[in-house]
Amino acid sequence: MSFLFHIGRYILFVKRVFARPLKPRIFFKKVITEIDTLGINSVGIVFVISLFMGAVITLQLAYNIDMPFIPRYAIGLGSRDSIILEFSSTIVSLILAGKVGSHIASEIGTMRVTEQIDVLDVMGINSASFLVLPKVVALIFINPVLVVLSMGIGIFGGWIAGSFTGIVPGADYIYGIQYAFVPFYIFYSLIKSVVFAFLIATISGYWGYYTKGGSLEVGRSSTTAVVVSSVQILLFNLILTQLLLA
Amino acid sequence: MIKVSHINKSFEGTPVLKDINASFEKGKVNLIIGQSGSGKTVLLKTIVGLHQPDSGDIWYDERNFTGMDAEDRKDVRQEMGMLFQGSALFDSLTVEENVRFPLDMFTRKSMEERIERVNTCLVRVNLYNVNKLYPSELSGGMQKRVAIARAIALNPKYLFCDEPNSGLDPRTAIVIDELIQELTQEFCMTTIVNTHDMNSVFGIGENVIFIYQGEKYWEGSGEDIFRCDNKELNDFIFASDILKKIRDL
Repeated sequence: MSFLFHIGRYILFVKRVFARPLKPRIFFKKVITEIDTLGINSVGIVFVISLFMGAVITLQLAYNIDMPFIPRYAIGLGSRDSIILEFSSTIVSLILAGKVGSHIASEIGTMRVTEQIDVLDVMGINSASFLVLPKVVALIFINPVLVVLSMGIGIFGGWIAGSFTGIVPGADYIYGIQYAFVPFYIFYSLIKSVVFAFLIATISGYWGYYTKGGSLEVGRSSTTAVVVSSVQILLFNLILTQLLLA
Repeated sequence: MIKVSHINKSFEGTPVLKDINASFEKGKVNLIIGQSGSGKTVLLKTIVGLHQPDSGDIWYDERNFTGMDAEDRKDVRQEMGMLFQGSALFDSLTVEENVRFPLDMFTRKSMEERIERVNTCLVRVNLYNVNKLYPSELSGGMQKRVAIARAIALNPKYLFCDEPNSGLDPRTAIVIDELIQELTQEFCMTTIVNTHDMNSVFGIGENVIFIYQGEKYWEGSGEDIFRCDNKELNDFIFASDILKKIRDL
């Protein structure tokens, strides 16, 4: 029953979030701030994770397809497709669900328990929309950018790992990442990143917005937001893969 | 004037407010007093529309607030200013931005005009050179004054204060009380203050309502309390030895 309660309340919450902003100028200013807070501040972690992820994928592929009848460039091809199709969009979004999701839930949760949200409500401002919509828009805008960045860095990481260990010659790797390239895979990955951004921002906003109690409950809301966002990302990853690639 | 009639409110089956009827007069500081957990904050939050009553009506002058939809309520809300127990200033905004916030959201004034209004409000609450400070850099009393400045920025007709003295030393508490009283008279606002501070009751209580276990038990002025024979009110007001001695003088 609790599950159904949260589903229903989440849908009503999202409906409230997508209201016309009271002052568009203030809204766009908040979106820019959120792009910086949620997106630009995440570039560092995306860079590090993507670099090592790309390197590990390349090394594991190289060790697992070490057969004479499989050309070496297949390692580049396999790394590229793994990174573009799955790792950059899903893994980066899961990492962001932890970093950005907990930030959103704790920020809004703290505003709830310190009555800052009540101040907005007393003034007649739609607090759900005022607080969460800029985050949703910012994350939907910046997450695809981070995913594209992650793709480039991940592929670069694979090249570094292959070249420095000597497992894949640089020229073979470069040939592999250009071989049989399907542009739709990028589009598929970007669609996923937009959906995941929406899930992270709205689910974290929801758990923060309905926090009750004190600092302990803010921590709980933050943890719940990360767990639920992560599970939903995995669920929607499955659904979108079936819908777009099947 | 604000009038509440037959207000009932319960949470998960537990009644918190039971058939509350009261009138809060314009140009006066109206106090709601009662023990912790008596329902004062729920009553105040119901009056401002943060809680929906189970039954009953709330009237702002001639307007039935409970019967309005969200859109109509916006007009009334812009005539309200509220001071919360913990000040509830926006942490991420400076003092100036906090006080400017309602002006940014609801007026079409130029930036110069808005800043001028912010400075007027800050001076009115005796705060100087704090515009660029963040709430965390202020003392509790200063935070309360900034919150009052924000509450009066739009020249409200109704001012609500939820335990404005909580967490303040007695001297600062008196300063805040006097400020609320002065502003009420200056702008002829209908002010409702939730408190269990006896200094406030005797100092600024022009119209006092005593809530006990969710019911209105008594109503009168701060001076009437000394002559009252309501047992629950006397137990609450004269709980401390020093107040008992003052009463017996």
